[in-house]
Amino acid sequence: MLNAGGYRSDGRRQYELRTISIDLSPQGSGADGSASLTHGLTQVNVCVFGPREAKMRSQTYHDRANVNIEVAIAAFSASERRKRGRGDKRILELSQTLKSTFEPVIQTSLYPRSQIDIYIQVLQQDGGLLQACINATTLALANAGIPLYDFVCAVTGGVHSTSPLLDLTLLEENDLPNVTVAVMPRSGKVTVVSMETRLHVDRFEEIFRLAGEAAKAIHVEMKKSVRDRTEQLVASMQSVGRPPTGVDAGDEY
Amino acid sequence: MRPPSPSIPEKDFLFAALKQGLRLDGREFLETRPVTLTFGPELGWVECSLGKTRVLAQVDAKMVKPPPERPFEGFITIHSELSPMASSEFELGRPSEEEVTITRMLDKVIRRSDVVDKESLCILSGQRVWHLRLNVHCLSDSGNLLDCVCLAGIVALKHFRRPDVEVVGEEVTVHPPTFRAPIPLSLHHNPYCFTFAFFSDTSLNPVLDPNLLEQRLNGGLMSIALNAQRELCVVQKSGGVPLEPGDILKIVNVAALKAKDLDAFVESRLQEDWEGRKIEIR
Repeated sequence: MLNAGGYRSDGRRQYELRTISIDLSPQGSGADGSASLTHGLTQVNVCVFGPREAKMRSQTYHDRANVNIEVAIAAFSASERRKRGRGDKRILELSQTLKSTFEPVIQTSLYPRSQIDIYIQVLQQDGGLLQACINATTLALANAGIPLYDFVCAVTGGVHSTSPLLDLTLLEENDLPNVTVAVMPRSGKVTVVSMETRLHVDRFEEIFRLAGEAAKAIHVEMKKSVRDRTEQLVASMQSVGRPPTGVDAGDEY
Repeated sequence: MRPPSPSIPEKDFLFAALKQGLRLDGREFLETRPVTLTFGPELGWVECSLGKTRVLAQVDAKMVKPPPERPFEGFITIHSELSPMASSEFELGRPSEEEVTITRMLDKVIRRSDVVDKESLCILSGQRVWHLRLNVHCLSDSGNLLDCVCLAGIVALKHFRRPDVEVVGEEVTVHPPTFRAPIPLSLHHNPYCFTFAFFSDTSLNPVLDPNLLEQRLNGGLMSIALNAQRELCVVQKSGGVPLEPGDILKIVNVAALKAKDLDAFVESRLQEDWEGRKIEIR
């Protein structure tokens, strides 16, 4: 897990995060916003539709938008091929966690009687599934232009005997106690804490604080990608021609 | 059918009371409802109540052939049921959100945190192991079913005793409890679950063990399962109102203290029950 030189099984240092790559280009499905995000070998695709009219009237609220999240895990995403249906308890729990994470973050009261659909497709799993889903969903929502109160940035932390590690791979996740923490970087508050393994309270405190700090580093990356994407869009709009404002257009002809 | 939401006066009343530092049932903010454990005539039969929330848990064991990939380990399955009898909100059929949370939490608390020593359930490697079955029935829901279910599950496992077996060569003999004293399961630790509710008005303090009204009006729940040795098993805060990191750590410490008290209480109740079961052997 952590050798004498302080390196982990994939050659990272203790506090080193895996490479993050973010692609915010539209994915051809007509989604209003989409994001594909990788943390090392974990890859997640998210499409956001809406706010739009709900398919079922009964699912709408008169004062806010309904957020609907569906998660699908590809059968080939893990090393052992395994099909998980939509009724799988683990998937239901994951989508429930994501729903209750994003409902208070999205400014739903701006869109009464409408629905925001978020579809998440997990393509590869190598640890940090919840973390990747949260980060990718934040980016896709931002990409769709849906007003958010803040980013939600998540990161996984683990403990190997007494030394804390960040951003665990599947191998590490299976053997070490690990905790996923999601932070709203502007206020520094924590929205998600999820731990399913045995860990002493004192150790928990250490890794919990560390993960909170690491989430801020991820926030920088996420913010940069959103900014880059927007700049790229602005640049390509300008290269086509000046925006057709009334007076300018008249001057040209 | 959507659950009937509490009326506006009810909601205002609850929040006004909480603002004054009072809870509707007269408890302190970080106080649980009284826990009662009733043991049935059989070993492994426990009715656990937390105020008016009641859960029945029962454990039985049978001998089965282990799967070839794990010849040395017994196994444990958990069956939980939220029937409409507990609350009019529950329906048969598709599992509701609460049901998913409860099933997953039980699984994490009892199976993933390795409560039962599975190797001790092996009788004859590759041939015979014990298969434990934990049945949980929710009898009545008046808030915080999750904690009650987890407590009932753990206590049932602690209360249960399996018949003694003797292995001679390949021959397995089961001694009925009338001949030899049944043997308690070997448990690694006893995690207890504590649920805290937060409100969207962040000036209100979190409450432990929310009752039905508090649970309906919460802005977020945080469940912590841990044992008396201060080892966390599950920490679950999925979304809801965001909290300061310091507040979360404070809550974890509160839960650690509560776990110690609850563990002492459970041990004393089990001891009492066991004393009452002793029969004189002539």
